Amino acid sequence: MTDAPLWEVFIRPRNGLSHVHCGSVHAADEVMAIQAARDVYTRRGEGNSIWVVPSDAITASDPALKEQNFEPAMSKIYRHPSFYEIPEDVGHM
Amino acid sequence: MYAQGLIGADAATTEDAAFLERFQARIDAEEKIEPNDPMPAGYRKTLIRQIGQHAHSEIVGMLPEGNWITRAPSLRRKAALLAKVQDEGGHGLYLYAAAETLGVTRDQMTEELLSGKAKYSSIFNYPTPTWADIGAIGWLVDGAAIMNQIPLCRCSYGPYARAMIRVCKEESFHQRQGYEIMMTLARGAPAQKDMAQDALNRWWWPSLVMFGPPDSDSVHGDQSMAWKIKRFTNDELRRKFINATVPQAEFIDLTVPDPDLRWNDDTQSYEHGPIDWDEFWRVVKGHGQMNRDRIAARRKAWEDGAWVRDAAVAHGEKRRTRHTAALAAE
Amino acid sequence: MTDQPAFLELLLRLGDDCLVLGHRLSEWCGHAPMLEEDLSMPNMALDLIGQARSIYTRAGEVEGKGRSEDDLAYLRADREYRNLLLVERPNGDFAHTMLRQFYYAAFMEPYWREAVASSDAALAGIAGKAVKEIGYHVRHAGEWVIRLGDGTEESARRMAVAVDALHPYTGELFAVDGVTDAMAAAGVAPDPSALRPEWDATIDTIFADAGLRRPEVAYPQLGGRQGCHGEEFGFLLAELQYMQRAYPAMTW
Repeated sequence: MTDAPLWEVFIRPRNGLSHVHCGSVHAADEVMAIQAARDVYTRRGEGNSIWVVPSDAITASDPALKEQNFEPAMSKIYRHPSFYEIPEDVGHM
Repeated sequence: MYAQGLIGADAATTEDAAFLERFQARIDAEEKIEPNDPMPAGYRKTLIRQIGQHAHSEIVGMLPEGNWITRAPSLRRKAALLAKVQDEGGHGLYLYAAAETLGVTRDQMTEELLSGKAKYSSIFNYPTPTWADIGAIGWLVDGAAIMNQIPLCRCSYGPYARAMIRVCKEESFHQRQGYEIMMTLARGAPAQKDMAQDALNRWWWPSLVMFGPPDSDSVHGDQSMAWKIKRFTNDELRRKFINATVPQAEFIDLTVPDPDLRWNDDTQSYEHGPIDWDEFWRVVKGHGQMNRDRIAARRKAWEDGAWVRDAAVAHGEKRRTRHTAALAAE
Repeated sequence: MTDQPAFLELLLRLGDDCLVLGHRLSEWCGHAPMLEEDLSMPNMALDLIGQARSIYTRAGEVEGKGRSEDDLAYLRADREYRNLLLVERPNGDFAHTMLRQFYYAAFMEPYWREAVASSDAALAGIAGKAVKEIGYHVRHAGEWVIRLGDGTEESARRMAVAVDALHPYTGELFAVDGVTDAMAAAGVAPDPSALRPEWDATIDTIFADAGLRRPEVAYPQLGGRQGCHGEEFGFLLAELQYMQRAYPAMTW
């Protein structure tokens, strides 16, 4: 007996928003994966569009490299608007 | 639905002290642990066992209530019950998926359930002979489960916590539908009220037992608390449940079957009579009235469904082969 | 409504189909071949039970004797139920259940689509909601018919057995009588016999992918619409009605 593959399910709550990961289903092919995702994850009106992606098609960054990957960005505070001092009299900018 | 009472979790780890200390520091800082993060083997093992037990409890829990779907006394009740039992299946599914992030497959977990190796909440080894049992399960069993599951939404393991948030959101109607059934019965004809009281009599003690052995006997509680897999002790949750539930019983004029139950003004809490832990362990060890039937029903569904699952996989492979051939021909 | 008895009869037929098929599907809950299907089948059952409730409510109004959805669902005798023999067939294996669902849904999708224009506003409203629900049933059950027909040797064999077993019951979908004639003439509901070509085409499309053949049926099985049910139906009613019969006139 082979396990049916695992799929990651992404739901868009409504137009204008992104698809967001909400869980997984097992299904033998992409058509059944969409139907399973619909039956499992949209029973309470959670969305109007579904993506399913084979779980093994996702490449993840290595958690061991988390510091190299993400800490260098932390010190670049000049990328944020609050870094710059503008007198209040100038008004909203 | 499910409540704690982890049985036989072994959280032994072999990592060195520095590793464990770093890990504990992350937990203490309320950082969530995610699937690919380094984690002690014991943490992983404890989670796989706990999430697996939790998932199995949802799946086995479909059976006692599913028993009444075709006999529900009104169409409104039938729809609510069917939706509720379906939710339990969904919750099992979310939880298996959370466990799968730890490197175990759903099929492996299913095999462990069917072989009797994995445990599930022993509450489901009691039968549901009357319609009032559906009310009592929703009110008491789901009520007890919620006490346990709400803190699990803050569990240190991210996928488990996220699954629990979804579960808790969906479960919010379960206890209400159960209590509404009990209230309707309690305010109905004498035969209905008797049915409700009888169900409360049978489900009260098993519900208290759902929180697991008393803190004084709990072997694995401390490590799970330190790792924030568990956030309250068994006795704390049990007390919260009793304090919430006794007034609800009084409101519908049903009697909690505990002659020793009394309010303690000093602790602002109820004190309950002695719990029959021998009975608890008997049921956990497989000697409850329904243990064999529950596993037999799950095994039958799994075995009878094997040809369907095989067909789906076989067809999926054919589809991919044809798709590849079609692309090559272009 | 000019022909009140015919309209009531029509509503009972439609409502009983939904109730009985919903009941059969709900028997699977907790016993499906895979967890995903343990959510899919209750979804379809809930659609059908919801449709039954709306239809019975309308039937109670049309009858004008104060009967509620539950009175109609639970408190009639065997011969008073008007559902198709197809929908009461026992679940059998998963192939039987999915094929039964596919046969019924492939008929009801065009039926509800046309009933959206019903001269009865309440029925039109019910149809507007039901046509979307049943459209999904066609797709879901249809995909399973394909997978089982074109899966393994065993699944193909089981699917073929299901076709042989259930196809004789499909003729009743299209049966006409005084009730269907009157309702079609009054613009209340479509003439079921007119839906046959579309049904045949839907079946043939899916069967082509499934490697199945639509059999010729010499003698279609009829009787449900006249309340002549199969032997298993009494057991279904015994379960369905148990509480209402054992504890009469109580509120639940």
